[in-house]
Amino acid sequence: MGVELYRSEVTDISWCPGCGNFGILKLLKETLDELNIKPEELVMVSGIGQAAKTPHYLRCNFFNGLHGRALPAATAIKAANPTLTVIAESGDGDMYGEGGNHFMHTIRRNPNITNIVHNNMVYGLTKGQASPTSERGFKTPVQLYGVVNEPFNPIAVAIALDASFVARAYVGDGAQTKAILKQAITHRGYALVDLLQPCVTFNKHNTYQWFREHTYYLKDDYDPTNRVEAFARALETERLPLGVFYIHPKATFEDNLGMEDGQAEPLFRWKLDRAKLMEMITTKQ
Amino acid sequence: MEKSEAVSIVLCGEAGQGIQTIEAFLIRLFKSAGYPIFATKEYMSRIRGGSNSTEIRVSSRPVAAFVERMDLLIPLDPDALGHLENRITPDTIILGEVEKISPPEHISVIDVPFSKIAAEIGNPIYANSVASGVVAGLFGLDLSLVTEQIQEFFGAKSSEIIQKNKEAATKGFQLGKELRDTGRVGFEISPESTVSDDIVVSGAEAISLGALAGGCNFIAAYPMSPGTGPLTILSQHARDFSIVAEQVEDEISAVNMAIGAWYAGARAMVTTSGGGFALMTEGISLAGMIESPLVVHIAQRPGPATGLPTRTEQGDLDLVLYAGHGEFPRIILAPGNISEAFYLMQKAFQLADEFQVPVFVLTDQFLVDTYYNVPMFELDRVAVKPRIVETTADYRRYVLTPDGISPRGIPGYGSGLVGVDSDEHDETGHITEDLELRVQMQQKRMRKMEAIRAVAEKPRLVSSTDYKVLVVGWGTTLEVLKEALTVINRPEIACLHFSQVYPLAPEAADYFKRAEKIILVENNATGQFGKLLHTTFGVSIDRRILKYNGMPFSVEELVSQIVTKMTEE
Repeated sequence: MGVELYRSEVTDISWCPGCGNFGILKLLKETLDELNIKPEELVMVSGIGQAAKTPHYLRCNFFNGLHGRALPAATAIKAANPTLTVIAESGDGDMYGEGGNHFMHTIRRNPNITNIVHNNMVYGLTKGQASPTSERGFKTPVQLYGVVNEPFNPIAVAIALDASFVARAYVGDGAQTKAILKQAITHRGYALVDLLQPCVTFNKHNTYQWFREHTYYLKDDYDPTNRVEAFARALETERLPLGVFYIHPKATFEDNLGMEDGQAEPLFRWKLDRAKLMEMITTKQ
Repeated sequence: MEKSEAVSIVLCGEAGQGIQTIEAFLIRLFKSAGYPIFATKEYMSRIRGGSNSTEIRVSSRPVAAFVERMDLLIPLDPDALGHLENRITPDTIILGEVEKISPPEHISVIDVPFSKIAAEIGNPIYANSVASGVVAGLFGLDLSLVTEQIQEFFGAKSSEIIQKNKEAATKGFQLGKELRDTGRVGFEISPESTVSDDIVVSGAEAISLGALAGGCNFIAAYPMSPGTGPLTILSQHARDFSIVAEQVEDEISAVNMAIGAWYAGARAMVTTSGGGFALMTEGISLAGMIESPLVVHIAQRPGPATGLPTRTEQGDLDLVLYAGHGEFPRIILAPGNISEAFYLMQKAFQLADEFQVPVFVLTDQFLVDTYYNVPMFELDRVAVKPRIVETTADYRRYVLTPDGISPRGIPGYGSGLVGVDSDEHDETGHITEDLELRVQMQQKRMRKMEAIRAVAEKPRLVSSTDYKVLVVGWGTTLEVLKEALTVINRPEIACLHFSQVYPLAPEAADYFKRAEKIILVENNATGQFGKLLHTTFGVSIDRRILKYNGMPFSVEELVSQIVTKMTEE
């Protein structure tokens, strides 16, 4: 099909020159093309922030909702029409801060969706405050003396909650990131991709250079089904491991609703069983 | 024995003592004996213990309102008499186990040893059937009807349990009959209308059935009294109807799921009470911006904050009227009774789909926890026609139209793409900061109010059309207002009741012009609906009857307060 298929009619892109978001958008388009997912079959769901604008710059169905609330909407969209490919994409502040409760409970619920989180360890759109993933000591106009809160570790939290698929990627490595995105999108169940990216305007600490020096890839002999090992790797902070940490295939939210994958009738085709309803009302006589 | 028009039976005891079993059985029994019946409960916010009571009204004609009067009181524990002392009069007949409830000197109780009889049969748990039997005997029902109903009621239990309950009810029945035959106690009442084709449902059941009838196939909710009923009922039937029912992590998730579900082609609702709804308000604003249909059921309870979790109030009208930042159209329905709860809930889905706006259905603890007989629900009285369109390649979700309604496509149905955005957006749903387009979009959204107002439910005028005094109410006070007016029985007084409180039907203005005196009745402290009438029609109402102690209005208090207010100069 070619990535041209995903070219958005929006030309006025509001990202800063050099922003990691451009790289993520490009990789996402290539991934979707290689997976042969048509724009009409895809729904991109996002919250608020610079990352959350991604769906506008990609030709697809999109639901750009409220700050922090992409996951409940994405879960419902998938349940209402399991034939759609649903990707919830936003930034670290949106998914891990404002939407933290939904992040935990969506993992527990395990809808068959992909959750891509642009993690640049800073708030961009609100101009440079700390994010839940900012490192201790990171100074901002609000955290004048440096961040004192423990950074949120999305990988460890997801593994602790026995997420179905947990990965971390880095936008600077195109081929590896595409491979991870492909695995995540084709994984049956909730799939988290914590996607590291620099913020060239507000984060002068976690730069392209910094990410190169502070990451490494999990090796080929790493076993992503070993939850304890996955958790141990998730706790490493000196150098952040990249790759697929953990895979646990299990029943999805849609399965648990009694919908058979592939055979599920989208709810827009649902018809009320009137006879059954009348029967139910008649029992009240 | 004097013939009554309606007898009020009150059962009172701790949570977990079986009041609900007796209540459920008596409702069935009286309905099968041909009587219109009504039951409402008041209870404390706890799982066990406390003092809870149920009022059952057996009547000759249908009634659907709470009365203070107690013709027959059955206290089941020592606290019951204290709990209801204010309502006990010399005419109240009290039947109970004197040994167990230890009544004070000044209250005379006819001693009926329910537990002792039950123990003789084999187990104290049969006491509830003894009590039910006594009541049946006092009303002179047929014993065969009682045992037949026991058989049906306990149908799923073992034959021994059914047999023992029959024995217990029969013993009770004989005691009741003896009291009646000797002329000590008894009730004489004959039904004037037929109820055999009627159904007996609670407000919560009516809301749930109405939702299904409206095509609801998705519910997301976080449990909160008294709004939990529809979540429970729809969850119990989710597999039967192949619908999605999900208990979520919080109300914020609930409302965002419901909006996501509508976006993808489902017909979704949420159910909650005031506090939970407060958490949903940003989502309501989202529905306003992306023009998503949404149905929100709110069973009100007294606030602020946690307030009185198991009591009733009409205190959240202002909240619902103004919920959500920014300006956008909405519809607020407030069923007056159980039948309306069904039909308006069904209609809520149609309105939401047709106008792409949030539709609120406001009930309260009184309505959801009350049940009585109503005519069989009809599925076709409200037309339900889904409004989704199949998209074409050039589809634009927010195409500007003369009436403000843009055809609603969904992803995965047609060759187009469907984009929605909480930012101000262009016709394709993409973010815009074009300020002229912003104005056009805001006008487009608000334009829908014209069409919405044109189909608003008109208020109903009860009794005299040639009135001088107009009593105004909304929502669940309908039936108590009707009964109070019947009792007052004066030709110069009428009631104007609103089942749609926003937007108000413009025709309503005329009713106020014709009145010499207007009395406002609301189950809240500040007269919220009165303020809305003032804003909308310029009507000022200074004769107000407001109640906010957590209990519904009783017929008696409304009669006396209306009479006082109408005679005030």
